[in-house]
Amino acid sequence: MLRLPSFTYLEPRTLKRAIQMKTNAGPDAMYVAGGTDLYPNMKRRHQEPRTVISLTGIKALRKRPTDRRTDGHTDGRFVLTAGLTLTEIAGHRRIRRDYRAVARGAELISTPLLRNMGTLGGNLCLDTRCNYYNQTYEWRKAIDFCMKKDGAICWVAPSSPRCWAVQSSDLAPVMVALDAQFLLVGPKGERVVPAGRFYHNDGIDYLTKHADEILTEVRLPRPNGWDATYWKLRRRGSFDFPVLGVAVWVRWDGTEIAEARIVLGAVASHPQLVPSAAEVIIGSKLDEEAVLAAANAAFKPSKPMDNTDFGLAWRKEMTRTYVKGALAELRARRR
Amino acid sequence: MAGDERYGRTDGQTGGSSISLSDRPTVHPSNRGEGLRVVGQPLRKVDAVSKVIGATKFADDLMLPRMLYCKLLRSPHPHATILRVDTSRAAALAGVKAVLTGRDLPIPFGILPVSQDEHALAPDRVRFIGDPVAAIAAITEEIATEALDLIDVEYEPLPAVTSPIAALEDTDTPIHDYGDRGNLHKLINLEFGDVGEGFARADHIREDILFYEGSTHLAMEQHAALAEWSPGGKLTLWSSTQTPHYVHRALAQVLELPPSRIRVIATPNGGGFGGKSDPFSHEIVVAKLAMKTGRPVKCTLTREEVFYCHRGRHPTLIWTRTGVTKDGRITAMHVRTLLDGGGYGSYGVASTYYTGALQTVTYQIERYKFQGARAFTNKAPCGPKRGHGTPQPRFALEVQMDKLAHDIGLDPAELRLRHLVPPGSVTANYLQIGSMGLGACIDKVTAGADWKERYGKLPLGRGIGLACSSYISGAGLPIYWNNMPHSGVQLRCDRGGGVTVLCGSTDIGQGSDSILAHIVAEVLGLTLEDIAVVTADTDLTPVDLGSYASRVTLMSGNAALQAAERARDIIARHAAAKLDVPTERVVFADRRVFDASDPENGMPFADAVQTAEAVEGTIGTVGSYTPPMSPGRYRGHGVGPSPAYSYSAAVVEVEVDPETGIITVPRIWIAHDVGRCINPVTVMGQVEGSVYMGLGEALMEEMPHRSNVKNAHKNPSMLEYKSPTTLEMCDVVTYLIEDPDPNGPFGAKEVGQGPLLPVPPAVANAVYDAVGVRVDEVPVTPEKILRALKDKARGKEGRYGPMSFPDIHWPAPTVVPPPWEGGDGRAVTDIRHQGGRRKVSHPERQH
Repeated sequence: MLRLPSFTYLEPRTLKRAIQMKTNAGPDAMYVAGGTDLYPNMKRRHQEPRTVISLTGIKALRKRPTDRRTDGHTDGRFVLTAGLTLTEIAGHRRIRRDYRAVARGAELISTPLLRNMGTLGGNLCLDTRCNYYNQTYEWRKAIDFCMKKDGAICWVAPSSPRCWAVQSSDLAPVMVALDAQFLLVGPKGERVVPAGRFYHNDGIDYLTKHADEILTEVRLPRPNGWDATYWKLRRRGSFDFPVLGVAVWVRWDGTEIAEARIVLGAVASHPQLVPSAAEVIIGSKLDEEAVLAAANAAFKPSKPMDNTDFGLAWRKEMTRTYVKGALAELRARRR
Repeated sequence: MAGDERYGRTDGQTGGSSISLSDRPTVHPSNRGEGLRVVGQPLRKVDAVSKVIGATKFADDLMLPRMLYCKLLRSPHPHATILRVDTSRAAALAGVKAVLTGRDLPIPFGILPVSQDEHALAPDRVRFIGDPVAAIAAITEEIATEALDLIDVEYEPLPAVTSPIAALEDTDTPIHDYGDRGNLHKLINLEFGDVGEGFARADHIREDILFYEGSTHLAMEQHAALAEWSPGGKLTLWSSTQTPHYVHRALAQVLELPPSRIRVIATPNGGGFGGKSDPFSHEIVVAKLAMKTGRPVKCTLTREEVFYCHRGRHPTLIWTRTGVTKDGRITAMHVRTLLDGGGYGSYGVASTYYTGALQTVTYQIERYKFQGARAFTNKAPCGPKRGHGTPQPRFALEVQMDKLAHDIGLDPAELRLRHLVPPGSVTANYLQIGSMGLGACIDKVTAGADWKERYGKLPLGRGIGLACSSYISGAGLPIYWNNMPHSGVQLRCDRGGGVTVLCGSTDIGQGSDSILAHIVAEVLGLTLEDIAVVTADTDLTPVDLGSYASRVTLMSGNAALQAAERARDIIARHAAAKLDVPTERVVFADRRVFDASDPENGMPFADAVQTAEAVEGTIGTVGSYTPPMSPGRYRGHGVGPSPAYSYSAAVVEVEVDPETGIITVPRIWIAHDVGRCINPVTVMGQVEGSVYMGLGEALMEEMPHRSNVKNAHKNPSMLEYKSPTTLEMCDVVTYLIEDPDPNGPFGAKEVGQGPLLPVPPAVANAVYDAVGVRVDEVPVTPEKILRALKDKARGKEGRYGPMSFPDIHWPAPTVVPPPWEGGDGRAVTDIRHQGGRRKVSHPERQH
């Protein structure tokens, strides 16, 4: 049987205490929420914290979704605390109404059982994945490891100086497309970063978050005249991580697109904004020609590597189909 | 029971299915003309309650006092010589109680007598990544895991053979020092009649090359074994195995213990599908560790290790050439197969024969030639997976039949129906057919799917495809040569009215324990609750060869039938005397024994047992079963014969998105000729389970290896090895055809494996109907469909599949004239090819 290594498990009740514990335990410690990513990784020894600090007992991370208020006034942003489970996000009435791309992204993650455990924050911080890396210690030892853990080479691109593990969260591209804001709390206090600046295009150093910081809140923009959707490509209707994700956000001005963001998931180490694809639909009515042009524009920079399920050529090709499909969905909804 | 149609379709996702029973036959003579009361009833399995509430104790649930945990160190090289193993650092780790290496277990073993090529721990050579090299026993599994990293092994890597094509090349360092040539483990060349002449008589000939990818069994339960060595010197092994008898033999051989000092108990099994049919390293290792430490030792494999045990479907390249007349009669068929065997023999010789054995049992083939080759490669060993060696050639045959039907302008169903093998006939390769319900199967599925109205007429992107198949109900010959029965039963009647049936058969979830209870209850007029079933324990139960080859219902069922009939005869004799009626008038039913002419004149079954016991002493009987001799007498005739052949037909409906190639299967209609349902619900469970497994192979399951990283298995995990979820599972409409076979107990034939076979070719044929391209390769993935569609759009052939079959230097053929050409089942090769090898020059290649 594949066993967890031994580790110290801490259960703080407050954010402050959690951060203190992390500072004290140093780089050998990690936070855990639902554990659906970390524990399997620990079994396979590609994440090996000696101390695991659970965030599940911290009430501040599990508040009911609500409008954000500062000094008694709402700024229109809708706040999701990071400890909400994916099941809670996917089933929340107001999220389903106003932020359907978020609900959809959440309900497409893994299986019902894992969504019951997995959290919003956990999914947004999901470790990058690669089928040379997500293997047992013995398997990785047999191939002489890779640079993401215990080794020196990237087996996907042996001459590459960097790791090409894949951004595999379904909610990350959605948050980037929506321009959500993330609230981070760390030893030095709080800071707010836009989702787009939360991620790095590097398989190892994939988050700009400091290891001691905790992602506590996601602030979604006021639902005022924009629309968004998320399309996920995978082999099966459950379990599977995306091999391509397409998140599209548009702001309508009458019958025309005033603003747009198109984000590709699972084709790079970060959620990849494709401004060239967004540009060609701005000012259009999302007619067939504009949709096709956007799909072609997204196709070009979509560069999946051979480290997930399916062949990379087909995944790249599906970028076109999925961008087309996502835009067609938004157009249909506008009518 | 004519017209007993239980029909109605339900959603496959809820596990339901419909059932339609064809006309029932007259009652089997073995039941003395009485109406069946238990056989044919959809009763709850005898082990259902404990399984459902989680009370069943599987091998890994077993815990004994002072038990140690075992972990295996496995090879990180696909092919290497072991220069040195130093276990001193591991042995010194606190909590480690014993370390074993190949030196401790030097005697080789293997499931087939001709392939004794495995060691429990590799002594000097490793042959794939995952080959066991050393073993640890420690007080916790964590310590055992930690100790693995402290074993120092020095290897000298050898060139790795990554494919069967590469295995054809000459080599200085063959993977094994035995086999037919270089890295070719087995070469077969059989010719039944002059196929060249047969092709000359054909109006149309076509050649196709197809590939069937390998796959693994993916049983829910990972293998586990627990061994105990008693102070008196007796070894007990509990193991999740399908073949306790063969494990018993392997332990005796490798541990050099008398078989009487070894007890093997097959634990309730969380799924086998062929993956637990070999004796395995971990079973022998825990036994040796228990002997060495005097403490119980358990080993539970990880999912990744199960991928390394493997014994799954052989990836197989198939070349097939078939000649037909204008009306579709097959005048000649020539098949070549090349199997990727992996690093060891396992059942591979049998698997290779099976890729050529059962082509002949569905449609009449006048002349038949088969050439098969199995290559050793540096991957986990392949072996028997549900359908053992036959789904691959069946895929080729059924896809080719579809193409032939298009070529000659016949409906694919019509083509098949016109040339069915007659019941009771002998095929070109000397297989004795018994009952044959394929025609009824085809009728059912084509009616259900509205074939005539819909085939070829659905809009672009939707299609239906048909395929058929057949499978054995147990192999005619045992795995090691002997002339003893294949299955034995002991039966004991208790004074209280209970009956204990003891049999070596192994319930791996297919319900074989329940089948024993059904049959005994039927004969003795009891209910399932009256029967105690004791199985799969070499100390307690007579030998049954194991749960493989779909043999258990027919063979242990017949043994149980014989034992029960003998008990009935003894009891009837004494009950008749007491009731003062002729013995022939005594009837057993409703837990009573009574006069058929005057049912009031009777007694409870328990009283009847007591009456008999008072005179005879303990009422115990035995039964056993030996399959009939096969008419074949040529070398190689041993694979293919069976007491009875099951038949299946399936129509698959697909939806294919022409833009992405994404394929979904909403519905399958499947009919299976099971001879007779002992329990129709468990029969349906086997049909649906087979459809599910076949669908996985058809659509997505793959065993890729990474050539850039030492030929490592690319996805040895349940997440990345893609197998259908409930969401991919289709609706299944099941028709059970009951055409009783004279050799089956109450006419029953197999159902555990056969219904898998038509699914992959029917999927491929349906894709052609939907979008007009051929994917001559399993799995049929979106990528392949899209490639074929693009090629077709560019004016090329709309086909994805292998382009060539390599030249293989075949041995001289064994030539056997078919029965209708004066053959007597013997080879005439010696007469025709005296003094040497016939040059195989492909005389039939011109066309």
